[in-house]
Amino acid sequence: MRYVDEYRDPELGKRLVDRIHKLSTRPARIMEFCGGHTVTIFKHGIRQLLPPTVEMLSGPGCPVCVTANAELDKAIALAKEPGVILATFGDMLKVPGSRSSLQQAKAEGGDIRVVYSTRDALAMARDNPDKRVVFLGIGFETTAPTVAASVLQAEAEAIHNYFVLPLHKLCPPVIKALLDSGEVRLDGLICPGHVSAVIGSRPWGFIPTGYGIGCVVSGFEPLDILLSVEMLVAQVERGEPKVEIAYRRGVKPEGNPQALRLMATVFEESQATWRGIGTVPQSGLKLREKYRSFDAEAQFQIDPGPTLEPAGCLCGDILRAVKTPLDCKLFRRVCTPEHPVGPCMVSSEGSCAAYYQYGADHE
Amino acid sequence: MCLAIPALVKSVTGQEAEVEVGGVGRRISIALTPEVKVGDYVLLHTGYSINVIDAGEAEETLKLLRELAEESA
Repeated sequence: MRYVDEYRDPELGKRLVDRIHKLSTRPARIMEFCGGHTVTIFKHGIRQLLPPTVEMLSGPGCPVCVTANAELDKAIALAKEPGVILATFGDMLKVPGSRSSLQQAKAEGGDIRVVYSTRDALAMARDNPDKRVVFLGIGFETTAPTVAASVLQAEAEAIHNYFVLPLHKLCPPVIKALLDSGEVRLDGLICPGHVSAVIGSRPWGFIPTGYGIGCVVSGFEPLDILLSVEMLVAQVERGEPKVEIAYRRGVKPEGNPQALRLMATVFEESQATWRGIGTVPQSGLKLREKYRSFDAEAQFQIDPGPTLEPAGCLCGDILRAVKTPLDCKLFRRVCTPEHPVGPCMVSSEGSCAAYYQYGADHE
Repeated sequence: MCLAIPALVKSVTGQEAEVEVGGVGRRISIALTPEVKVGDYVLLHTGYSINVIDAGEAEETLKLLRELAEESA
């Protein structure tokens, strides 16, 4: 596939690894924020290829993983409402909430349908005028514009039975919260590629200027990651942290202005609760007053009951990169992809699933 | 979750486009990238094009990768 295969060339990869080994003399602790990057790094064994001076940590950039139990419980409660079709991305189905999961709610008769796109959810609303279709709006800045586009489309077509449960989260504010907590010391950050395709590279500027940490926006192929590591190691060696883009084919400094415009038309920033991290100001999106008629939170009375957290699950600490899955007593013994206890094992992009799948527990 | 894959634009009609991904045809929304033209590659995410791939920048990055590899050989 064009724009994919070229960035998987093993010979070029080997040379880049050699270059990083020659270049790196100082310790470099690098976090990849995005779960998609975590998958590439584990799948290609990149951690094991790097010199001992370079340490890689996985961050909280997995929307499924950071969805708080209280939010998931709301979605499950909504799915049990009569006349409601809950449309969701497949990743969310198996995530355990306080007492149940969407999959369990579906088995108990909830009308829960997996969609690939908000376009499918909108079509469902068109085709089922007697039902109320609620789209479970999870995802970062990559996904939020597509949800905004669906709300504007529903408005244009006067579709009144389409709703969004807005659980979107924003990446720069949570990275700031992580850095402010002082729990994790970093020398470099691999910034999310497709979030940056929308927001651009400029919103990361506060990281080198405010925290002295270099940032490189990366693509998702192994050579993209190696190039990003090379650039960050070079920054550490020179002692000059800045924002660079290694993924220029997909990311511009200014991002995608049209996507940003649609997102700002429909949504406004609000505080959001992140699993493991807690409430972070201005790190979520809610529907603007004008679009309240599409807001499931405003249009439905939802009482999900009290929130419970699974005993022993370390997902929260793992998301903050203060623990790894290997520190969790449940990992591989009780918690497996077939019987996940926490979301980091459910999502293929979760750290626990990556450690499980690619055998990193033998490292 | 933020997965996006390169898709080749085959035709454009209003806010929609026919694209090809690994030989398979799909209908997508280009509401987020109205500037899309036939022959462009876009980053396809959950049924929407979220950006047009910059062919010139892609070539530049490959050139950079080859140069870095040469230097370390």
